[in-house]
Amino acid sequence: MSTPSDATSRLHGQDLTLAYEQRVISRDLAVTIPDHSFTVIVGPNACGKSTLLRALSRTLKPAHGHVHLDGRVINSYPAKEVARRLGLLPQASIAPDGIGVADLVARGRFPHQGFLRQWSKQDEAVVAEAMASTGVSELAHRSVDELSGGQRQRVWLAMVLAQQTPLLLLDEPTTYLDIAHQMDMLDLCAQLHDERGHTLVAVLHDLNHACRYATHLIVMKEGMIVAEGHPATVVTADLVQDVFGLPVRVIPDPETGTPMIVPLDRRGVSR
Amino acid sequence: MSSTLTPRARARARQSPATPRGARPLRLFGERLSLLVRPRTLALCLVLVAVCVLTLVVSVAVGDYEIPLPAVPAAVAGYGERLDVFFVQGVRLPRALTALGVGAALGIAGAVFQSLSRNALGSPDIIGFTSGAATGAVAAILVFGASRVAVSLGAIAAGLATAALVYLLAMKNGVQGYRLVLVGIGVSAMLGAVRDYLMTRAELTEALGAQIWMIGSLNGRGWPEVVAVWVCLAVLGPLLVGLGQRLRFMELGDDTARGLGVPTGPTQAIALAGASALTGAAIAVAGPVGFVALAAPQLARRLLRTGGTTLVGSALMGAALLVVADLVAQRALAPTQLPVGVVTAVIGGSYLIWLLYTEWRGRRA
Repeated sequence: MSTPSDATSRLHGQDLTLAYEQRVISRDLAVTIPDHSFTVIVGPNACGKSTLLRALSRTLKPAHGHVHLDGRVINSYPAKEVARRLGLLPQASIAPDGIGVADLVARGRFPHQGFLRQWSKQDEAVVAEAMASTGVSELAHRSVDELSGGQRQRVWLAMVLAQQTPLLLLDEPTTYLDIAHQMDMLDLCAQLHDERGHTLVAVLHDLNHACRYATHLIVMKEGMIVAEGHPATVVTADLVQDVFGLPVRVIPDPETGTPMIVPLDRRGVSR
Repeated sequence: MSSTLTPRARARARQSPATPRGARPLRLFGERLSLLVRPRTLALCLVLVAVCVLTLVVSVAVGDYEIPLPAVPAAVAGYGERLDVFFVQGVRLPRALTALGVGAALGIAGAVFQSLSRNALGSPDIIGFTSGAATGAVAAILVFGASRVAVSLGAIAAGLATAALVYLLAMKNGVQGYRLVLVGIGVSAMLGAVRDYLMTRAELTEALGAQIWMIGSLNGRGWPEVVAVWVCLAVLGPLLVGLGQRLRFMELGDDTARGLGVPTGPTQAIALAGASALTGAAIAVAGPVGFVALAAPQLARRLLRTGGTTLVGSALMGAALLVVADLVAQRALAPTQLPVGVVTAVIGGSYLIWLLYTEWRGRRA
């Protein structure tokens, strides 16, 4: 069941009911990720952003409805086949004790490897490239345990890049990073999008980051998509008031001209 | 980072940054076969094999009836003096082979359980399997007066039932490691109470038999035990080792593993069933020998520096640990024969303390 608008989208879902056991997060959800977009999903805590991302990445099977990847139901693919098309950076990953950086990044090659093909020259070249483009080549032979939060997040991203997938799904890639490392991470994502034509889908908490980097914004509230489109056309003070319950002013970002959200000062008028 | 270039640092500088440390690429037949070889891991595995073989030979030779080492091969083959052949073929060889098999089975099973629960404490000792098996055996001995085979079967059945119960109780959106450990500890405590109650109601001789069974022993194990444990190993060992790579990926977190294309659900189910069966076989043959399943995988991964679970390493380490422990159990207080479980508990306990101590020290530093 594909509609004309889906024809240009490699990743989309219809009639989705997303639930953890009996707890329903989203009902009748329809979502389309435009090809070659940098799509950012925003919304208040517990609005179902990450759940949607998990469904799009095959990590969560919808209770009802289907997610389609390249024209086929995503759950009907073999697991490795999905992993060659779509990479996922989850919110929480665990680095085993003592694992080396190159070791971890090399694991991104798993979907391309077979019983006899464990470490080809191509694997080696792709891993080197992934580490170079995330700036972790210098750390290749260090243990992941020894790294700072920002370095670690770049190593995880390098692992996902080593998968060489045209689609990248990132669940809160900037959490736990200081502001400089947040911007580094987002610049890196933008670079992947602009220069390599990757389709990116990221869950972000910071609305201003979302407005600055997204080419397509999906705004969620209580499991529903309440608005989507280019940030410049979507983000208004009314929308933010409605979704987050926060009175704000929306002004043009002095750096980029994209919408910038400034919360109103609620501490009383007379000070 | 030291500024002087050690030979190792120079070797690293020559190495491609993309090659994981300590590994060398090996590519044959025009890239149709490409592997990463870890020389250190290979060398240490060979050392462990050597320890196993040497200890096997010594175990066969020494005892109250000494057999000179040169006479051992002939006795193994069935030639040589009649008494030599009797002790070697009838008593010592099957016992040592049982030790190797049980140790390897517990090593692999422990590694799988620890990997699945992402917890160094997630061994069958802690998550209730061993306790369930022991309770099954004690009930079989004390309540039903069962034969040895029936005791073993009772132990396996109760162990599997306990593992399934713990698994079901711990399950919520998949199984989380710490929950598995906590539920396991709770269930173990309850089963311990059942055992204690049965013991208080038992006759003295029966209670003594049950008590010895519960410590784990290799005394008097013969060829049927060797066949039982090695057949299980031959079937389940390769299956689990084949799943080893997927297990190492699942240690990165379920979502990460799924993102990389690992079918986590089926892998978890098969690995759990296989490791439970191996534990069951080991316990049926030797009783609940403590700490091998807990210690062997941790020792193996630290010694081999694999940065993750190593099933082959754990098997070799478990085999070496148990065969050495059994030799100590036989000879330390000879002619008194200690149950091997006493020795592994001492070794394993010391190890656990050392492990926790160094980890705490490391964290403070």
